[in-house]
Amino acid sequence: MAKIELTDVRKVYPGNVEAVKGVSLSIPDGSFVVLVGPSGCGKSTLLRMVAGLESISSGTVEIGERVVNELEPAERDIAMVFQNYALYPHMSVRGNLQYGLKNRKMASDEIARRVDAAAKMLEIGPLLDRKPGQLSGGQRQRVAMGRALVREPAAFLFDEPLSNLDAKLRVQMRAEIRRLQRRLGTTSLYVTHDQLEAMTLADKLVVLNSGRIEQVGSPMDVYEKPASLFVATFIGSPAMNLLPVGEGGVPGVSASDHLLSPGGRPQILGVRPEHMRLVAETDATQPGDAIFELTVNGVEVVGAESFVYGGLPQGGPEVAVRVAGYSHLEPGTQVRAATSHDAFHRFDRESGRRIVVA
Amino acid sequence: MIEKRGIGRPIAHVVLILGVLIVAFPIYYTFIASTQSLTTILRPPLPLTPGDQFVPNYSEAIFGGIGRIGGVDVLTLLFNTLVMALGIALGKIFISILSAFAVVFFRFPLRMLFFWLIFVTLMLPVEVRILPTYKVMVDLGMIDTYAGLILPLIASATATLLFRQFFMTIPSELVEAARIDGAGPLRFLKDILLPLSKTNIAALFVILFIYGWTQYLWPLLVTNDNQMNTIVIALRKMVSFADADTPWHMVMVTSILAILPPVLVVVLMQRWFVRGLVESEK
Ligand SMILES: Nc1ncnc2c1ncn2[C@@H]1O[C@H](COP(=O)(O)OP(=O)(O)OP(=O)(O)O)[C@@H](O)[C@H]1O
Ligand SMILES: [Mg+2]
Repeated sequence: MAKIELTDVRKVYPGNVEAVKGVSLSIPDGSFVVLVGPSGCGKSTLLRMVAGLESISSGTVEIGERVVNELEPAERDIAMVFQNYALYPHMSVRGNLQYGLKNRKMASDEIARRVDAAAKMLEIGPLLDRKPGQLSGGQRQRVAMGRALVREPAAFLFDEPLSNLDAKLRVQMRAEIRRLQRRLGTTSLYVTHDQLEAMTLADKLVVLNSGRIEQVGSPMDVYEKPASLFVATFIGSPAMNLLPVGEGGVPGVSASDHLLSPGGRPQILGVRPEHMRLVAETDATQPGDAIFELTVNGVEVVGAESFVYGGLPQGGPEVAVRVAGYSHLEPGTQVRAATSHDAFHRFDRESGRRIVVA
Repeated sequence: MIEKRGIGRPIAHVVLILGVLIVAFPIYYTFIASTQSLTTILRPPLPLTPGDQFVPNYSEAIFGGIGRIGGVDVLTLLFNTLVMALGIALGKIFISILSAFAVVFFRFPLRMLFFWLIFVTLMLPVEVRILPTYKVMVDLGMIDTYAGLILPLIASATATLLFRQFFMTIPSELVEAARIDGAGPLRFLKDILLPLSKTNIAALFVILFIYGWTQYLWPLLVTNDNQMNTIVIALRKMVSFADADTPWHMVMVTSILAILPPVLVVVLMQRWFVRGLVESEK
């Protein structure tokens, strides 16, 4: 058990590629922190610096109370789960689980105890004598988890451990990882590019964009109060609707002047599809609602809900509206959508940062 | 595969059997000759069935010694050749694994230079560097020693390249997992790399063993003492330009005995390849 503390960590790869540009982050003892961001944003690099697999160009990494910058991975008291499992192909499952313990010269009865406990916890007992090649992807994933568990480390590091699994198994393993982590209370740092995984697993979500932290917060915080345009569009599916506010407001959107006034600086308004609703011409709208006049472009039926995509007039941006159930709207239909005023997010167009309305 | 029914199958068999006959007949004929007395061999045509001299010929060769090569028996020749072939095969494997290990898994200054230096030695086979190598061996007093037979042939750029290619297919995550599991370089080599390379090693061993077994030029130069001859050299020395001087029955016996160990190695190691193929772990 230990906290992890990153202070102004940077990574410059040979060739002057700056993959991580000064990240400071504190991971409290026992918490589950998820690093999420688009491909190439430096998530793996950051994780690997914590693991000791990548040298740290500047800044410090502390695990527990120790600065570990110069320590070998094995000395950092961490365990890592890799995307492609990285099991030793020539060793049995048992061999895989105990290899790290044997290298630490642990007593063999203690090794056996830990391996059995991990096997029981992960339900891989019957597989202990098989080779990784004789296991399914899901089982291999469990073994990889087991190899981390038996170490009883101060922290778990996961690098996209579920992305090689099929959708159903991924959901199942996701729940299992969460359950295990709660039970063991081991500090965990988890890297993924899958926002659903990030939202469901994290105590604390860290959104990374080209080597910098965009936002840190609880998943709901990040979802409800995205700190920047980047976070607003990265988290949530379909992405948040964005409406650049011009001199004349937003064409096709009517609302109180207060909402659409350009303000001091150029702004972008954002509203999530689920905060919009389709309304009939005759429906009474709430006072303070913003009304959108849309031409339907298409409909995406997900099952329990559908998303209606409609264009604003004068070639304005496309807007997604969530409707419950199955939508039968034909492309070309004119519809109205309404949104409550307080569902809007406001961003500075130049800096992309959220504008906090006092 | 392609055609399994109808006329194709018998034709395929006929072709294969013909092929086997063509390959096997000279060996069979050698064996026949090795069971005849010298006088029978020198008076053609040679019969196609074994003669009655099997036991005397073979026991004379193996235990008695052969006059034309200084009375050395075939057992000594086989032993010499075995030491040389094993030394070359194992030595080459040992050195090339270590150098490939260094080149692939370590970052050290001038790493690529060293790699290219190894690569360049491909252009320097024994035949090219034979005079300087011979001089070095003479200076080191290694003429007529096993070390002298083995050492100059022991470095292998080919094997190094082969292992390098194989090592580079090992996923970096596996290397990193081992690092996290606390395996230092040597432990990684012993616990992970060598077990993963065993089918490669087995294949290479067979090839290199036969390469060593059939060496001709270098052993010819570096051995003067008949006791140190390899079997190939001894065969060469047994054959005289005059037919009558050559103990042909002994030559045939020695030939047969010279073939056996490589055949044995291939047959025994074949099981390894098959196992490696069936398990196909990676
Ligand atoms: N060894 C390296 N040398 C040079 N540049 C590298 C190296 N490894 C990664 N990079 C660069 O650093 C940046 C971050 O890479 P990283 O692997 O951390 O991305 P990531 O966020 O994990 O992406 P993904 O989701 O695709 O795994 C990328 O631009 C990548 O090209
Ligand atoms: Mg990555």
